[in-house]
Amino acid sequence: MSGRAVDLPPVAKISPFYDPRVRGFVYQGLLVLALGILIYGAASNAIANMQARNIPTNFDFWNKTSGFDINFTLIPYSAQSTFGDAFWVGLLNTLLVAAIGVFFATILGFIVGVARLSPNWIVARMATIYVESLRNVPLLLQLLFWYNAILKPLPGVRDSIVIPGLSGKPFAFLNNRGLVLPQPVFGAEFDLVLAAFGLACLLAAGFWFYARKIQRETGRRLPSGWAGLALVIGLPAIAYFAAGSPLTLDYPVLRGFNFSGGARVLPELVALLLGLILYTATFIAEIVRAGIQSVARGQSEAALALGLSGGQVLRLVVIPQAMRVITPPLTNQFLNLTKNSTLAVFIGYPDLVQVFAGSVLNITGAAVQIIAVTMAVYLVISLLTSLAMSFYMRLTATVER
Amino acid sequence: MKRISIAIAAGAILAFGATAASAGTLDQVKQRGSLACGSNSGLTGFGIPDDKGQWTGLDVDFCRAVAAAVLNDPTKVKFIPLTAKDRFTALQSGEVDVLARNGTWTLSREADLGLLFAAVNYYDGQGFMVRKKLNVNSALELNGASICVQQGTTTELNLADYFRSNNMKYEGVVFANVDDVIKAYDTSRCDAFTTDVSQLYGERIKLVNPDEHVVLPEVISKEPLGPAVRQGDDQWFDIVKWTHFAMINAEELGVTKANVDDKLKSDDPSIRRLLGVEGDFGKGMGLTKDWAYHIIKAVGNYGEAFERNVGEGSKLKIKRGLNNLWSKGGIQYAAPVR
Amino acid sequence: MADARSVAYVRTQAAPVLPPPALSDGALGWLRANLFSGPFSAIFTVLAVAFIAWVAPGLIRYLFIDAVWTANDGASCRSPEVGACWAYIGQKLPFFMYGSYPREWVWRVNMTLVVGAALIVWLLAPKAPAKQIGAFLFFVVYPLLGFILLSGWEKIGLPKIDTDVWGGVFVSLLVSAVGIVVSLPGGVLLAMGRRSTLPVVRIASVIFIEFVRGVPLITVLFMANFMLPLFLPENWTPDRLLRPLVGVSLFASAYMAEVVRGGLQAMPKGQFEGAMALGLGYGRLMRLVVLPQALTKVIPGIVNTFIGLFKDTTLVAVVGIYDFLRAVDTARLDPVWAGPNISTTGYIFAALFYFIFCFGMSRYSQYMERSLAKDRLR
Repeated sequence: MSGRAVDLPPVAKISPFYDPRVRGFVYQGLLVLALGILIYGAASNAIANMQARNIPTNFDFWNKTSGFDINFTLIPYSAQSTFGDAFWVGLLNTLLVAAIGVFFATILGFIVGVARLSPNWIVARMATIYVESLRNVPLLLQLLFWYNAILKPLPGVRDSIVIPGLSGKPFAFLNNRGLVLPQPVFGAEFDLVLAAFGLACLLAAGFWFYARKIQRETGRRLPSGWAGLALVIGLPAIAYFAAGSPLTLDYPVLRGFNFSGGARVLPELVALLLGLILYTATFIAEIVRAGIQSVARGQSEAALALGLSGGQVLRLVVIPQAMRVITPPLTNQFLNLTKNSTLAVFIGYPDLVQVFAGSVLNITGAAVQIIAVTMAVYLVISLLTSLAMSFYMRLTATVER
Repeated sequence: MKRISIAIAAGAILAFGATAASAGTLDQVKQRGSLACGSNSGLTGFGIPDDKGQWTGLDVDFCRAVAAAVLNDPTKVKFIPLTAKDRFTALQSGEVDVLARNGTWTLSREADLGLLFAAVNYYDGQGFMVRKKLNVNSALELNGASICVQQGTTTELNLADYFRSNNMKYEGVVFANVDDVIKAYDTSRCDAFTTDVSQLYGERIKLVNPDEHVVLPEVISKEPLGPAVRQGDDQWFDIVKWTHFAMINAEELGVTKANVDDKLKSDDPSIRRLLGVEGDFGKGMGLTKDWAYHIIKAVGNYGEAFERNVGEGSKLKIKRGLNNLWSKGGIQYAAPVR
Repeated sequence: MADARSVAYVRTQAAPVLPPPALSDGALGWLRANLFSGPFSAIFTVLAVAFIAWVAPGLIRYLFIDAVWTANDGASCRSPEVGACWAYIGQKLPFFMYGSYPREWVWRVNMTLVVGAALIVWLLAPKAPAKQIGAFLFFVVYPLLGFILLSGWEKIGLPKIDTDVWGGVFVSLLVSAVGIVVSLPGGVLLAMGRRSTLPVVRIASVIFIEFVRGVPLITVLFMANFMLPLFLPENWTPDRLLRPLVGVSLFASAYMAEVVRGGLQAMPKGQFEGAMALGLGYGRLMRLVVLPQALTKVIPGIVNTFIGLFKDTTLVAVVGIYDFLRAVDTARLDPVWAGPNISTTGYIFAALFYFIFCFGMSRYSQYMERSLAKDRLR
């Protein structure tokens, strides 16, 4: 190119009006100003309105006695506890639903996703029907349906369905108050069993690393999976009997209207979990299917040519590669499930929104603070999950050679 | 750029619009030509719209009476269905002129929330409903029961107090929406359903088989229900209060919707004062002198409204009880018009 | 030379074409390849068939054979042997459709719906002409027309109808229509803001988008319901239906922004550079070159967002709006009909409605995806 030799004319001085940088500053200044006015106006109105209506503007309510009961709590709580305690009860209940829901939705989603690609015609069709029908119906409708469907056929407390235990003694009861299970009571020696379990996990992990090393060096495969399983189950079992069975069960007894003793799984919890799992699994199935399809066909063909079985191809070759495509949208679904658990308000499961943004809000009237705190909780959960995911993605990023 | 200009416009409106003057409620209602009445979103006997949007109920008739007194037209009412959650904010913010939504008169609601309860148009209390086949005759036999309750009302707190003070255990099954509470009770999720007794009767008829359910005799709280207004507008407070008193006085004096025109010729000075034939008692409140005549012409006296909406003449079949006139064993009592 | 034909071992006619072995073709072959290709496959097939045989007859009996098709009240639906109570759906259909909207003015709702549907078909049909005009009508004229028709305007003889009697399918459609009409332009603006080179604009957009996407819709609705009136000057009370509409619009805008951003990111850099080289400013560059292409690319994403939005409209019930599902869920308390089958019937009906609507739209989005992929190949 000869252009380099040509003398460029000196850069003309641009009028500041047309200077993109100046314009940029002006636009941003205007935006800041507008947002400032908007936020200031909203805040000053809110303060004025809240004062005029005697709405509390602080968090004084946090340590006051709540006065209401919650029928499902993971930490001790009674009507004499504070509103702050109610917050923690709600938060833990939300996390419980999210954890159980994520676990089972992932398993079901993977199964259905693989089933949609199954060469078996009827299995693939059924998976498709399941996915298409449930993902196209609002979750709320499904929750209402399950709640109704669970409660209706179950008998009353006095006619509970008895699930017999090994000794022939009634083990659990199923009725329209939920599933009443014996509550495990841990003796002091139970720590020994826990310690044995920890030790077994360490040993199993160590053996796994050792087996991997042997395989890398010699190609010989050691049964690390079975050995690990035997350790993790066997060692605590030995410790349990050695410590003289420190675990007893508190069996539920029918007394008056309800069972006393034992632990109870609420029908609301079951309906909520059922709805969330079945709904989210349809989305996970689609993600898994897309992920598997994104793995080049040559990969599975090559694996089959090496003599791996169909299951091994999936487990050792296809899914590990698909995971990179699957993980980001999968995390999104986990977050969706967590956010969707707020639908608990419609079926009366005491989650964070039901307890905190419901009962506490109504009784204290501190709407702004309570809704802000509730939103912040979900934001924090979202942020933490995103962080964990990006960390995982960095860990599993393809190493280009 | 567009977004920026919209934002500026919105900001300007927010910042400068805050200075709207508030005239007296009476003037506002007259100017608007209609009364904004905060109502229950669906409680049989107190405030409920039918399929075609026609409202009926004791509280609804009360609002119609106020509209009749103020605007001479009981149909000029806009009913705004409110949930338990936002009823008080709606009144505080001026969205409604009067809140006739079976709200309980309590100290904190007047002192903290800046409301005034103008009258008690229904003396109520919290009770329990159970299935007959449970063979429960008293709330004290409910130890260990599952009880369906609506969230965030005084009901939820009363329930906790009652069981605690009687050393009994219970499981509260809580829903935000009263329809969901009934649904859960109906599917046998709970042994008992608790709320104000009047509401228990109202909800009972929504059950699949109302006769299988019975309301227990215990009343575990005092729930004087009545219309509320904002503090700081005494004239409006008077109008709402005297609307109720006019209906009570009419019942005492035997003035009914049917005979009110004949009673205009009555010689009884009390009746003549009430109906505005003698004196001008409406003037002090900013009303016409026949304000009470319009009320009775529109909705009848208190007894008639009661019978029509919740009493023996209705589906609820609630006995007058405490809500009878003071002269007939109840505690409904009105100051005289004079 | 002997004629080949005279030699005994030479065939004089072609051998008949034999069918392939029975197990590799035809129905049996298909069965073998698709249902019984291995022991596991066979087990699954048997399990699946058993499952269908277990569920289907009861379902068919409940939905059709034992169902009550005509009745004037719930009496005949209450017996435990009968199935779905379709008579109840028939009777309550106006309530499910319009809530308590005065019956004599229902034509206003119908007209709004028909006009809206026509405009949407215009916008979404692949080969419809003059889409700019359609877009202008849909995003500017239609909201005004809809507002006047639904809410009323005394001057032209349409009495005002308050929003508290609005309900049913109509409100569900209204909420999602408002959501889409607001969220498309809003989402485009936010997406452009997020890709802007101006840091303040970018940060503001990112904060808004990530905040809204990080919280559940229910909390956004609570915020709109309880906090919006507080943020506005005293004596300003936004209509009860307007509040969830604001909440849903904000919520949908954030999700739409991410869809549009995907389209913007997929645009080749050359498009921007080419347009700039032609001397187009930012506004015209976006309006004439980038957005038309980017938006076309993400039509499937937009439709999917709309499906999600439509399903999410059921949540407005939490702030006391009588949408379709809430109407179905409360109608069962009518003492005339109350009975053990009523709620199940209502839920099945609602599920069918939502399924047809959402499934249809997702089919459309898949079709667009395929035809767009074809375009890209050309």
